[in-house]
Amino acid sequence: MEDTEKIVEEAVKEAEAASDSRALYEVKMKFLGRTGKVTALLKGMREIAAELRPAFGKKVNELREALEAKFAAREESLKRKEMEEKLAGENLDVTMPGRRRAAGALHPVTRVKNQLIDIFAGMGFEVYEGPEIESDYYNFTALNTPADHPARDMQDTFYVTEEFLLRTQTSAGQIRVMEHKKPPIKVLSPGRVFRSDDDATHSPMFHQMEGLVVDKGITLCDLQGMLDEFARVMFSETSKTRLRPSYFPFTEPSVEVDVSCAACGGKGCSLCKGTGWIEVLGAGMVNRRVLENCGIDPEEYTGFAFGMGIERIAMLKYGINNIKLLTENDVRFLKQFQE
Amino acid sequence: MLIPLCWLKDYVEIGVSAEELQNKLFSCGFEVEELTRLGKDVTGVVAGRITKCEKHPDADRLTVCKVDCGKYGEKQICTAATNVFEGALVPCALDGATVLHEGGIQKIKNGKLRGVASEGMFCSGEELGINDDFYDGAEVNGILILREEDAVLGQDIREIVGLDDWLFDIAVTANRPDCQSVLGMAREVAAILRTPLKFPALDFTPVKTDVKIPVTVKEPALCPRYVGHFVTDVKIGRSPQWLRRRLALCGIRSISDIVDITNFVLLEMGQPMHAFDRSYLRGGEIVVRRAEAGEKIVTLDEKEFTLTPENLLVCDRERGVALAGIMGGLNSEIKPDTTEVFFEAAKFARDSVRKTSRALGQRSESSARFEKGVDASTPEIAMKRALHLVEELGCGKPTDYGTDVLNADLTPKIVTTDCAQINALLGIEVPEEEVIAVLTRLQFAVHKDGKNGKLVVGVPLWREDVDGWADLAEEVIRSYGYEHIQPAFLENATVTRGGLTTAQKQELKFKNVLARQGFYEACNYSFSSPRDFDLLRFPADAPERRAVTIRNPIGEDLSVMRTTLIPTMLQNIVRNVRRGNESGGLFELANVFLAEELPLKALPDERKTCVIGLWGEGDFFDLKGATEAIAEAFGLNLTYEKGSKPFLHPGITAIVKLGEKEVGYLGELHPEIAAELALEKKVYLCELDYRALSKKFAKDITYRNPNKFPDVERDIAVVVAEEVTCAQVRECILHACKAAKEAELFDVYRSDKLGKEKKSMALRITFSPDEKAEKPLSPEAVDGFFNKILGNLKYKLGAELR
Repeated sequence: MEDTEKIVEEAVKEAEAASDSRALYEVKMKFLGRTGKVTALLKGMREIAAELRPAFGKKVNELREALEAKFAAREESLKRKEMEEKLAGENLDVTMPGRRRAAGALHPVTRVKNQLIDIFAGMGFEVYEGPEIESDYYNFTALNTPADHPARDMQDTFYVTEEFLLRTQTSAGQIRVMEHKKPPIKVLSPGRVFRSDDDATHSPMFHQMEGLVVDKGITLCDLQGMLDEFARVMFSETSKTRLRPSYFPFTEPSVEVDVSCAACGGKGCSLCKGTGWIEVLGAGMVNRRVLENCGIDPEEYTGFAFGMGIERIAMLKYGINNIKLLTENDVRFLKQFQE
Repeated sequence: MLIPLCWLKDYVEIGVSAEELQNKLFSCGFEVEELTRLGKDVTGVVAGRITKCEKHPDADRLTVCKVDCGKYGEKQICTAATNVFEGALVPCALDGATVLHEGGIQKIKNGKLRGVASEGMFCSGEELGINDDFYDGAEVNGILILREEDAVLGQDIREIVGLDDWLFDIAVTANRPDCQSVLGMAREVAAILRTPLKFPALDFTPVKTDVKIPVTVKEPALCPRYVGHFVTDVKIGRSPQWLRRRLALCGIRSISDIVDITNFVLLEMGQPMHAFDRSYLRGGEIVVRRAEAGEKIVTLDEKEFTLTPENLLVCDRERGVALAGIMGGLNSEIKPDTTEVFFEAAKFARDSVRKTSRALGQRSESSARFEKGVDASTPEIAMKRALHLVEELGCGKPTDYGTDVLNADLTPKIVTTDCAQINALLGIEVPEEEVIAVLTRLQFAVHKDGKNGKLVVGVPLWREDVDGWADLAEEVIRSYGYEHIQPAFLENATVTRGGLTTAQKQELKFKNVLARQGFYEACNYSFSSPRDFDLLRFPADAPERRAVTIRNPIGEDLSVMRTTLIPTMLQNIVRNVRRGNESGGLFELANVFLAEELPLKALPDERKTCVIGLWGEGDFFDLKGATEAIAEAFGLNLTYEKGSKPFLHPGITAIVKLGEKEVGYLGELHPEIAAELALEKKVYLCELDYRALSKKFAKDITYRNPNKFPDVERDIAVVVAEEVTCAQVRECILHACKAAKEAELFDVYRSDKLGKEKKSMALRITFSPDEKAEKPLSPEAVDGFFNKILGNLKYKLGAELR
């Protein structure tokens, strides 16, 4: 058995020389394979005297185990080396631009509408959408604006027939809601409205968002509190509102609501024309006659309503300077409103 | 409405600046849209006396004058004007002054005219921006010559000619017609400044007359009050400067003293008036009646109108003499030789005036006031005021004959309320003294009931807008100040559940699905042009042509409510391409309006519809990918069949079906229409009936346990005739074998080898083991499925394995 030491020495030498796992495999086969040197030793056992065989067998086994360990160690180190080499070859320029899937976007009016709904939904408002072609009754008469009322001149109405018209205000939805639902009511009514007005600052179609609250003990203070919260979320954490007297046939008292200019913080700038305030919406306490028209007892319930132009809010929020851009649908414009 | 500050000051003492007054009016509900400093462009112009006139040494047409400008000293001014003379009092624009010149502002500087120094310029009326109504002589051709008694040397010219004033342009809300006059605004200002109102003089001394001019009102509802008065010994002349100046400030030209008085009272009290020449009133009486059909009248502006019984007419015994509330008739107008006048101050119903004014297209200061509402108490006061002015101006003698046909209730409305009620609406505690003080300042008669503590409030007759305690609450808070409101957050309200309904959430999701597919949401007007139907080649009887039409559209292009969203989408694409956006995708989700009957007898069906447009890059299948994404997102089983639409490519059009129901279509824009619109690249369009789709939207997620054993995929390629569609092959595969769950086309191949009119289609079939299966699908079982499928394809579609 003078060979074993030599065999180990030889195997280690050849294993070290193997430059990759494939070469190592061949070395392994040369010693441990079916025709390998160690296998040959085992095969030669028959020629050895019987009393020497156990000792011989043990020695060969030890030799085999020793070789297997050596090969395994060598294999391990080769694999590591190969992985390192492979990774070194896969060097990416991580500063190259990423590849993006081209997504579209929702229209800014939809975006702002969703934001408004989010704000008021959290306060317990439901959303109701009424028809865009309305009857004169819902758009005017039920809103305390009978046929000879001068307030009808406040809005230029598109008529379809004597009785039907394109709604001029989402307030029409108020009546439809109150006819079917009894207080407590908190409802938002967004949608398209139409006025026969087409110039640099007016569009014959735009979107309004109407809000209505009817319950016991609702006051003007509640109206301002809610609008303050709206202004803070929509514009800036420090936004404030200001009420000033106005007139709408379906509210009494009626107010115009200004929001402190978010661009200058109320100091006065070109956006707010130096006043520090921006006119944002109209509001008021629901007129008692409107409640009566809907079968709600004005002695028991009070409420407030507010209405705002969604385009106006979007224009203020994003600094869009021309209302017409919102209906041109130029993709370069729309692209900027991606999520 | 224009209100000159000087006129306002006639009735109320104003101790604050014009800007302060503007702010106070603003917080009380009167927005001053524009506050104009009159004569702000005329500066540095003073009164001067010409002491010496000499001919210019080198210019025949120029005169060199020495002028005494009082505290500004003596100036030498060269002028080309020919009406100057020694001793004349003239406006002198000194060095640095500004005057008006050809619509702009001219700056005056010291200079030399033909070598002679000139330290300023004499001004004409035009350069000061005035006419004769402001200052007599302003319209002469030459320099304005001032009257001795009007000016002090060196005095600012604006004080002399009536330009030293402010003009308030006030937006009066529709509920306050009582403020459509100087006196009406003065009443508000007096309340705001807490000073007394000085009411204009109404007294006059009537002369006796035997003349009677009876008035008959046949339509009391349309004419609730008619006050008339007879004035005799009229001598028509010119109004005094002060009166003409007032009218001019409000943009009304002086005509003659009698007519000016009616206009003055209109501006002062908001009461339209009319003056008839009594000698032309046939039969010497007035009848207020509806016009007969076809009856004609020529108004003061010489326009002839043919009337209907809708129009109220003021008549004499025989014919119309005034279009009630709108304009007088030419046949009875005041002429230079008029000697007897019958004044009218009436209330005509606002709706009647409005209808007639709209129908005839005839408007006036008078009709504008009646349309907003004139209260029934004012005609009588306005008449007295007019008669006072006749006497003051000396242009006639008011007689003792007056008539008043009253069909309105002049008892003041009484509103009973208390502070608690008002404060409950406002949400704050306004002290009772304050409530009473505010209302009293606004001339409400407040009486506190000693027994129950209620406030019994008499409403002034001119406040027809006030009819309940909520109106009083508004009066209180707008005077007390909105800054007293303490923002609260629904302290007493019930908690309610808010948020979107499932349907509303799904709509938003639908939009988001399309946006994620690369489409931008568009927003178009709901109306479009009727010519679009021709562009899209709709046949004459196509349902799309049955559109709801707007009676008073902005223009023909915006006159019909959309019945399809395709035309506006095409406009968007054309605009984008023209602006260099060579490719893109848009969608819109909006209503189309479908009428049961035209003209409308009931509200039309507003059907929510989705349109998708794709142009430039991408093809039919990119668009179809979008509809597939929708189907996937909402669990819809949409199928596609070849179809046709008049505006789509005949070979590239698919009808989209949900079950048996057609829910939309998609395809390529017809190349002919594309050429017409100059669209060079292909355009693909899709329209889906959103409402029909939404009815079948999966309500919630349907869960199924995953199979224990894996699916097995197997590819099949078959050669079929060209006309065989992918859908047919797929359906054939899925029908042949229950285990085949899906068959997806991944390749189509054509070649000469396959033969003409043949194609090879390759599909990947997914087989799933039965849910209850105990073992995975064996290769042998899949072979069996495969052969069954192949057999079916051969039998049904004549397919051959490739």
